[in-house]
Amino acid sequence: MTAIEPRLGWARWRRSWWYHAVFYAQTWRGSVASSVLFPVFYLASLGVGVGHLVARHHGLVEGQTYLHYIAPSLLATTTFQLGESESLWPVLASVKWIRVYHAAAATPLEPHDILYGKLSWVVTRSLAIGVVYSAIIAAFGGVQSWWGLTLPLIGALITLAFAAPLTAYAAWVESDASFVMIYRFAFVPMFLFSATFYPISAYPGYLRPIVQLVPLYHGVALVRAAAFGQGSLLAQLAHVAVLGTLALAGIAWGRVTLRRRLVD
Amino acid sequence: MTAQGGRDIVAEARGLVKRFGAFEAVRGVDFTIARGESFGFLGPNGAGKTSTMRMVSAVSQPSAGSLSIFGLDPRVHGPEIRGRIGVVPQDDSLELELSVRLNIEMYGRYFDLPRRVLRERTDELLDFARLTERADSKVDDLSGGMKRRLTIARALVNRPEMLILDEPTTGLDPQARHLLWERLYRLKREGVTLIITTHYMDEAEQLCDRLVVMDNGTIVAEGAPRELIEHHSSREVLELRFGTDAHAAMHDVLAPHAERVEVLPDRVLLYVEDGDDALRTVHAAGITPLSALVRRSSLEDVFLRLTGRTLVD
Repeated sequence: MTAIEPRLGWARWRRSWWYHAVFYAQTWRGSVASSVLFPVFYLASLGVGVGHLVARHHGLVEGQTYLHYIAPSLLATTTFQLGESESLWPVLASVKWIRVYHAAAATPLEPHDILYGKLSWVVTRSLAIGVVYSAIIAAFGGVQSWWGLTLPLIGALITLAFAAPLTAYAAWVESDASFVMIYRFAFVPMFLFSATFYPISAYPGYLRPIVQLVPLYHGVALVRAAAFGQGSLLAQLAHVAVLGTLALAGIAWGRVTLRRRLVD
Repeated sequence: MTAQGGRDIVAEARGLVKRFGAFEAVRGVDFTIARGESFGFLGPNGAGKTSTMRMVSAVSQPSAGSLSIFGLDPRVHGPEIRGRIGVVPQDDSLELELSVRLNIEMYGRYFDLPRRVLRERTDELLDFARLTERADSKVDDLSGGMKRRLTIARALVNRPEMLILDEPTTGLDPQARHLLWERLYRLKREGVTLIITTHYMDEAEQLCDRLVVMDNGTIVAEGAPRELIEHHSSREVLELRFGTDAHAAMHDVLAPHAERVEVLPDRVLLYVEDGDDALRTVHAAGITPLSALVRRSSLEDVFLRLTGRTLVD
């Protein structure tokens, strides 16, 4: 009756990462086909279809065809959606309804191990999606610079910038009552108005600072800059700083809310 | 780690306190649990049992007092302690969408068990929990008793020295309860220390070598089930039922016929040496209850005596 607890000190959270990976391996079928088909349909419909109209009435958008212009932003919106969809209901369910995080907290894992395992898994998925999407975007001609190789990393940063604070929030609330509101009044507008489908210069001057407050705007700006190899390095570092701050603040907050939820 | 009698101590608490804000859920309890023992926490809901268990599981931190598990301080050595215990929570907290087998295997990953070890162990545990034939079923499709046995199997994946069970048979039908008890006896025979919370007195009597009775965050009595009954109650109990609302008035009438009389909303309990004898004297005194039942004293009576309340409302 000896317990095996061999490598206690070393990165316990990787066990939680594994758990998520095995779980995903059981349930992924179906999501793969759609994650390849969706970007193709999206680019074909908006890029080629709407792009045709834009070309006829407007010409180029910031020096790009409309298809090339919107293609990179697809990576930003998709990695954002991955971050939020993995973090609200799934986390609340894990701490409150099916309580599998409580089961994990009864093992050698500490609450922060559970948090890191979860977030690192979501980032892993984001990287995989980033590689596939970057290839598709490149196939449509949307990647025009070697900086494009950083697209999966930027996608991962976007995912983490949303997944971390939203995980913390979901571990903090008592019910999912606010989630639908967040979707309706934060996520949907963010998706539509983060200069996703047109440049920020399309907004009147007084609205631009407001758009710049929206986190996803910084993700969209970053992927576009990387895909086209344009923009100043300083501006890109500022976008990275905004997203990085969100991610780190979310992790710090998540450590507190998960500990309170699982241990106290 | 060794107590005076040469016994190996697995858990020891002195003045253990758990507070949630201004509320004190556990108010200074002392207990010592020896290796191989089955130790119970008996008490009604809200007595502080679960809070105590969560501290013993090295999940929740004590607010005050001292607690030592395997001679280690859970405040410092939480992960190490948790690696050596198994926890069966009240709600099963299983992965409902996954198979029975995967629920055990995936949980084993939290203990960093090598895959090969995990495979073998999962087969053993499925057999132990009598779930081999359901190994590939989705957990959602299992009965309540099966889910509970799976939760126990999952908690054993790290071969724990101590298994902590919170209300293990709440919500199970009698047959499922007996099967579960039988499995727990087997673990006990294998030398696993069992810590059980329950508000069922029969469960405590069946499973526990020794127990503490908790009420309102404190321990009100401690001992082996039989000892507690002998010490705090009479040998037999005569339960009498009269018409509605008549019970309160019966106390003084029945008092001369028993060592002690307890009036409950639905019945009157007479604590006596010989129940049949007492019933005869009650009848002889011209008192005619609607029904009468003679039984042995149980832990329920101990609890009633100590707290003035029943365990299950």
